[in-house]
Amino acid sequence: MYTKDGEDFYIVDAHIALWDAREENQRNIHGKQFIDCFYDYHRNLSPESEVWPYEEYLYQGGERLMKDVFTDGYADHAIFQPAYLHEFYKTGFGQSEEASALAAAHPDKLTYNHNFDPRNGERGLEQLHADAEKYGLKGVKLYTAEWHGDSRGWKLDDPWAYRYFEACRELGIKNIHVHKGPTIRPLDRDAFDVADVDHVATDFTDLNFIVEHVGLPRLEDFCWIATQEPNVYGGLAVAMPFIHTRPRYFAQIMGELLYWIGEDRILFSSDYAIWTPKWLVEAFVDFQIPSDMSEYAPITLEQKKKILGLNAAALYDLDVPQALRLPEADETATGPRDPSAADPDLVGAR
Amino acid sequence: MTLLSEVEERAPASVPGPPLTEAHVRGVLDVVLDPELDEPITDLGFVTSVTVTEAAVEVHLRLPTSFCSPSFAYLMASDSRDEVTALLARRDDPRALVVELDDHHDSPRINAGLAADAGYRGTFGDEAEDSLDELRMVFRRKAHTAAAERCLTGLLRLDPERAVDTLGEVRLGDLPEGHDREALVRRRAALGLPVDGDAVVLVDAEGRRPDDVPMALRRARSTRISIDGNAHFCRGLLATRYPGSEGDQAPRAEEAFVPLASLTTRPHPAKEQHR
Repeated sequence: MYTKDGEDFYIVDAHIALWDAREENQRNIHGKQFIDCFYDYHRNLSPESEVWPYEEYLYQGGERLMKDVFTDGYADHAIFQPAYLHEFYKTGFGQSEEASALAAAHPDKLTYNHNFDPRNGERGLEQLHADAEKYGLKGVKLYTAEWHGDSRGWKLDDPWAYRYFEACRELGIKNIHVHKGPTIRPLDRDAFDVADVDHVATDFTDLNFIVEHVGLPRLEDFCWIATQEPNVYGGLAVAMPFIHTRPRYFAQIMGELLYWIGEDRILFSSDYAIWTPKWLVEAFVDFQIPSDMSEYAPITLEQKKKILGLNAAALYDLDVPQALRLPEADETATGPRDPSAADPDLVGAR
Repeated sequence: MTLLSEVEERAPASVPGPPLTEAHVRGVLDVVLDPELDEPITDLGFVTSVTVTEAAVEVHLRLPTSFCSPSFAYLMASDSRDEVTALLARRDDPRALVVELDDHHDSPRINAGLAADAGYRGTFGDEAEDSLDELRMVFRRKAHTAAAERCLTGLLRLDPERAVDTLGEVRLGDLPEGHDREALVRRRAALGLPVDGDAVVLVDAEGRRPDDVPMALRRARSTRISIDGNAHFCRGLLATRYPGSEGDQAPRAEEAFVPLASLTTRPHPAKEQHR
């Protein structure tokens, strides 16, 4: 819980990780390059006071995580979204056993989402059934740019992926988090192209597709798809820290998201341990669209409360105290959700 | 009237005789764009070094992360190679050419492919299902969309009383001369769109006019915000990864980043009360 000026905010950090990128777990140079890339994100977009030494960045462990996310941070609940990356790390990047054990020890605070890779075929499908039971999965994190033998990526609308989504449907795994973010992998085309989200969201209307990193740097493609699919959501992982380094750019992102997908489908995430949630929550509660950017309406208190926790709580059936709940906005299921969020007299706003 | 002829090309068609200098080489690299950011690699600081010796020209490139898309990386490296190769050919210069991308997860493969002049498919083999033409076109279309939005938004700022719907009628010749118009004309030329003064500004990559002008502009704005944001992200990461490299980056026009505020010149009493 975060309280500011008498207002209480129920906080859900919808995208965290417990990773191990220490040298002894790196399988090859790519393992080092991957964590170095994250560390550059961390150094480039964090306030100076929040920058960690490199050694601490490689691995945090459960105790440190609980302190950063819940004790120092204000999260009421957080959701693991592990990337496996077995071609880069010996025991994987996200630590399934450690993270799921931590979640089992703190069921009120942590939800463990696992991952799957449709390139594992039938064997992977069996594994998914086993994992769903073992972890009590409500969601999965998919990383389509994952390397796998000779393959360096897959798409959500691959035929095998459809068999996995059918399994998710049977198993009650309803929240499908998809990494679509800064371009780091694909070869041909663009593995983080968001077009495949469009296909699966249309074909699996009973599943929720949460596009992490709001499609950045494909924001416009993501927004356009999200306006047409009622079951597509935007996760703010990696977009959040722009609130510090590029507040006006962050304002534009929020303005676009509120216009196109509306206040009920945007999810706060720190992407811990890339960043810690404490300063992001504080900054977001204090944040306002700059007054000279009047092409966007101000962000309301209710919108902030929804984004910071209530929207994710709804997807994960979390028990939000009655007094903190808010009704859904009366928005259309498709099309720009809130055209009034833009000034009608300004260019292109109507 | 062809507006393209008014545009000063950054790369001279022919470069006068010896001696070949680093500046000549950097000059031709100015036309190599990061396809996603729509900016020259020289402005972005992606050119690490250019070395000219009696025997060879050696160009090194760097990117903001080691995981930048290999297809984009290959595009920039091979475009660089093509431009310098053409420069040497124009000058009848026998020097050898080495173009290398450093610190990328695909550096060995890309550099070997460049050295062998193997082409995209020759470089990536079975992994490369298609040519990169379509990928390049995707970003050309986006660059065109963003460039048109900048121009029309600029017009609106000049005349805040103008109705948004009328922006669908604006012709290239109606745009004030300057960087934004030149940029738009270059991007239209790259797509094969007409560049004469009577050509309608707000068209898609195939030259079609939108049914809903305000919505088309709204979408174009999100495209432009996406591109501008990426550019800042990548520039910041490059500077973090290579301390001091910010000095190699040409300042990005503030105009290009947060111009939306300038739209607010129109009096809006209701909004004032609201705030």
